[in-house]
Amino acid sequence: MRSRDLGFRLSIGAFAAALLLIVTAIGFELARQSWLSIQRFGFDFWRTSTWDPVAGEFGALPFIWGTLYSSILALAIATPVALGIAVFVSELCPPVLRSPLIFLTELLAAIPSIVYGLWGIFVLVPFVRLLETWTPESLRALPLFSGPPLGVGMLAAGLVLAVMVVPFTSSVAREVLKTVPETQREAAYALGATRFEAIRAAMFYARTGIIGAIMLGFGRALGETMAVTMVIGNNPQVSLSLFAPQYTMSAVIANEFTEATDALYLSALVEIGLVLFIITLLVNGLSRGLIWTMARQVSSKVAA
Amino acid sequence: MQTSSLRHLVLAVATVALTACGGGTQQPAATQNASPTIQINGAGATFPYPIYSKWFSEYNTLHPNVRINYQSIGSGGGIRQLLNQTVFFGATDGPMTDEQLKSAPGPILHLPTVLGAVVPVYNVPGITDELKFTGPLLADMYLGRVKKWNDPAIAKLNPGVKLPGTDITIVHRSDGSGTTYIFMDFLSKVSPEFKTTVGVNTSVNWPVGVGGKGNEGVSGLVSQTPGSIGYVELIYALQTKIPFGAVQNPAGEFVKASVDSVTKAAAAAAANMPADFRVSITNAEGAGSYPISSFTWILLYENPTDKAAAKATLDFMHWALTDGEKYAADLGYAPLPDSVVKLEEAALQKIKVS
Amino acid sequence: MNSLGTAAPRKILSALFVAACALSVALALVPLAFIMFFVVSQGIQSLNLDFFLHDPRPVGEPGGGMRNAIVGTLMLTGLAAAIAVPIGVVSGIYLSEYRGTRFASAVRFAADTLNGVPSIVIGVFAYGVAVLPFKHFSMLAGGLALGIMMIPLIARTTEELLLLVPNALREGALALGATRAKAVLTVLVPAALPGIITGVVLALARVAGETAPLLFTSFGNPFFSTSLTQPVSSITVQVFSYAISPYEDWHRQAWAGALVLVTIVLICSVAARMATARVARIRGGQ
Repeated sequence: MRSRDLGFRLSIGAFAAALLLIVTAIGFELARQSWLSIQRFGFDFWRTSTWDPVAGEFGALPFIWGTLYSSILALAIATPVALGIAVFVSELCPPVLRSPLIFLTELLAAIPSIVYGLWGIFVLVPFVRLLETWTPESLRALPLFSGPPLGVGMLAAGLVLAVMVVPFTSSVAREVLKTVPETQREAAYALGATRFEAIRAAMFYARTGIIGAIMLGFGRALGETMAVTMVIGNNPQVSLSLFAPQYTMSAVIANEFTEATDALYLSALVEIGLVLFIITLLVNGLSRGLIWTMARQVSSKVAA
Repeated sequence: MQTSSLRHLVLAVATVALTACGGGTQQPAATQNASPTIQINGAGATFPYPIYSKWFSEYNTLHPNVRINYQSIGSGGGIRQLLNQTVFFGATDGPMTDEQLKSAPGPILHLPTVLGAVVPVYNVPGITDELKFTGPLLADMYLGRVKKWNDPAIAKLNPGVKLPGTDITIVHRSDGSGTTYIFMDFLSKVSPEFKTTVGVNTSVNWPVGVGGKGNEGVSGLVSQTPGSIGYVELIYALQTKIPFGAVQNPAGEFVKASVDSVTKAAAAAAANMPADFRVSITNAEGAGSYPISSFTWILLYENPTDKAAAKATLDFMHWALTDGEKYAADLGYAPLPDSVVKLEEAALQKIKVS
Repeated sequence: MNSLGTAAPRKILSALFVAACALSVALALVPLAFIMFFVVSQGIQSLNLDFFLHDPRPVGEPGGGMRNAIVGTLMLTGLAAAIAVPIGVVSGIYLSEYRGTRFASAVRFAADTLNGVPSIVIGVFAYGVAVLPFKHFSMLAGGLALGIMMIPLIARTTEELLLLVPNALREGALALGATRAKAVLTVLVPAALPGIITGVVLALARVAGETAPLLFTSFGNPFFSTSLTQPVSSITVQVFSYAISPYEDWHRQAWAGALVLVTIVLICSVAARMATARVARIRGGQ
C-alpha cells in the first residue's frame, strides 16, 4: 500500500512540479532577455525617470510609480465597496436577492478588459473631466488636484481598475465569510450585540481570508493592461496629482513592445516586465506572511 | 439525474478540446504541387492597413489559392518579425536603419506601395476656421514653448481668426508608430532644436503632452479635449471629420493635405530616387506639395527560403503596382507616381524565386 | 467583546453600517449597468446572420462578419483548457493532499505569483518559447499562452474545494481499505467535481477576454482557419483591430463582437452557477 501511495504522490507531484517549472521558466526568461539592459543600467533602472528610445536612455521609475499609485488607489476605492458587497450578500440581504446579486457581481468580472477600456474612453473619461472642471479652486491648489482637467489621468485609471477589482475581492471575501462558524455570531448576539457588532466579530474571525481577498484584488490591479492604457494618458512622469496623465509598467510594455527594434530598447522593456514580476512576488510574499501570522493567532484562539 | 447535465458539460468541454486537436491535422500544408493553398503572413504598419486589406482581399478573389494574412502590429513590429523570420514580409512607414539591415539574416528590399500624409488635427473652442501652421511653429508647440492658442506666433499666421487664450494640450502617440516617425522626421528637418532635443524614431521622449493609443486614440483625445492639438494620418482625419490645418511647405505655400498635394511631394523625390528606395519626402520642394508626406514600404528578403511564397508575393507586387494603385485614391491614399513604379518593377527582378 | 455602552448610538451605527453595505452594492451595479447598456446598445445593431456566417471584408464592403474570430476564440480556449485542466486539477489535488510539505508551499506560492503576472508578459514568454524557435505564429502558441494563465486559477480552486469536502468521506474511504489514490480519485474528486468545473469555467471566462497575449502568439488572420500551426483570428484581437480603425462600420462590428464575447462568457458563468447550486443541494447547503 505504501509503495502505491508513493507512486500516486510522485505522479501527481510531477504535475505540480510542472506548474513550478513554468513560473520559474517565466522568471528566468524575463531575466535572460533583459540582461543587456540590466548590465547597462544596473540599479539605476529603478531610480531614474528618463525614458528616451532615441537616445537609448531608460529609467523605469515613472512606470513603477504609476503602477503602484494606480493599484493602491484602485484598492482604496474598491476594498470598502467589495467588502460592503460581501457583507451585504452573505449576512444582510434577503435570501431571494442573494443569487441574482452574486450573479451580477460575477458579471462584472466576466467583462473583457478591452470593453472596460472602450467604455473608459467614451463614458468614464468625459465624466472624470467634468468632475475635474467642477473641483473648486481652493482644492486645485493642492498637489493632489493640480493640473489641467484633461479627463485622462490617474483618477480615471484608478476608477476603472477599482471597478475591475471589486468582483474579485468581493467573491473571495464572500466565500470566506461563509466559512465563519455560526457560533461566533450567535455568541455575539447572545451578549447583546447589534448587527454591526456581530458582523464585525465575524469579520475579525475571518480577517486572514479577507486580507487574502484584498491581496488578490491588488494582484489583479497590478497586472491590468488594456483598460488602463486607454484612460491613463500615457505620460511617463512621477506626479502626485490625480489629474495628471501618468503611465504604468504593463501599459508601456503593451504600447511599445511591438515597435521596439533595437536590442537595448527591447531589453529595457523586458526588464520592466521583470520588475513587475519581482513586485508581484514581493506583494505575494507579503500577503502570505500576513495570512500566516494571522492564521497562527486564530488557531491558537480557537484551540483555547 | 442531477449529475447528468454536469456530465454533459464535461463532455462538451472535452469535445471542444478534442476537436481542436483533431481538426488541426486535417488541414493540408502548403506544398509545391499544383494550386495548393499558399498562406503568406506579413506584419507591420497600421497606416496602410485599410488599403493592404483591400488589396489582399481583391487578390484573393482573383487567385483563391493565395491567402495573404497581414496584421497591423506597427512598423517596428513588422521590422522585428521580419528580422526574426516569423513573417514572410514586413511593412513600415519609416525605412529600416543601416544597423537593422546589417543585422538581418539576408539582404532586404524596400518596396514603396502608396503614399500617405500626417496632418495636424486640433480642437480649439469657438474656432471653425481652418488654421495655418508652419513647421517651426509645430516644433515649438511640441517642445512646449508655445503654450496658449492666442500666442503671437499662431496669431501671425492666422490673421482675422479670434484665437482664445486656452492652454494648448499636446496629444501624441503613446504607442510606437510610423506615423510618429514621419512627423518627427518633418519636425527635425524644420527645427534644429527639435532634432537635438527629441530626435526621430517611432517612439520618442516627449517633452510635453498626453499619449493616445493609435491614430484613433489621438483623434479621440483631440476631439474630446478642448484646446488640444495632435497628429494623425490623413485618412483618420477625413473619416472622423476632425478639423485639420494647412502646413507651410518650403515654397512658402500653406498646403492642406490631399491625394493631389501628396503625390506632388513624391513626384519631386522620384527624380532623385536612391536605388534602395529609402528616401524621406517630408518637407519636399515643389509647388503645391504637402510637406508631411511619406512613402510606405513593404519589406521583402531578396532570397527567401520559401520559393513558392516568393513567387506568389512577386506576382502580387506586380499586380499591386498596376491594378492595385487604382484603389488607392478612393481610400484616401496617394498612388505612386509612374516614374517610381517603373523603377520598382525593375527592382523586383532582384527577388529570387527559384 | 468590548464593553457595550448605551443602546441608541450603537443602534444608529449599526443601521448606518447596513445602509453603507447596501450602498456598496448599488455603487457596484451602476457601472455594470452603464457598461452593459453601452455594449448592448452599440453592438446589437450590427448583430445579424452575416456576422456569424461571414469572415471579415475590407472596409467599405458590406456583409462582413466575424465567423473566423468566433471559431478562433472557441478553439483557442478549448486548446487552453486541454493544457490547463490536467495540470491545474492535478496540481490542485497535490496541494490539498500534501498540504503541509515545503514543496506544496513552493508550488502554491508559484501559483499565486503566476496569477498576478500580467497577460502581456505571459504573451512575451509564449512568444519566446513557442513562436521564435519555430519562426511561426500559430494557434498552438496562443493556446499555450492562454493555458498558462488558466493554470493557477484552476489549481487554487481545486485545492480549496477539495479541502471543503468533509473529512468523513476521506476517512470512510480509507477505513474501507482504499489506497490514497483510490480515495482521492473515486471519492473526493467526484464529490468536489462541480466546484472544480466552476473553477475551470471561470478560468475559461477570464482568458476568453484576453487580447495582449494573443497579439504575439496566435497573431490574427483575416481568413477562416482551423489549423493548429497557422495564425488564427480571435474575437478580442479582431475587436481591438476594428476599434482602433477610423471606420464607423468597423466600429459597429467591434461592438457586436464585444457583445458576442460577453454573451459567451455570461453563458459560462451561468453554467458555473448552476453547477455549484447543484453541489450545494447535494450536500444540504452551507
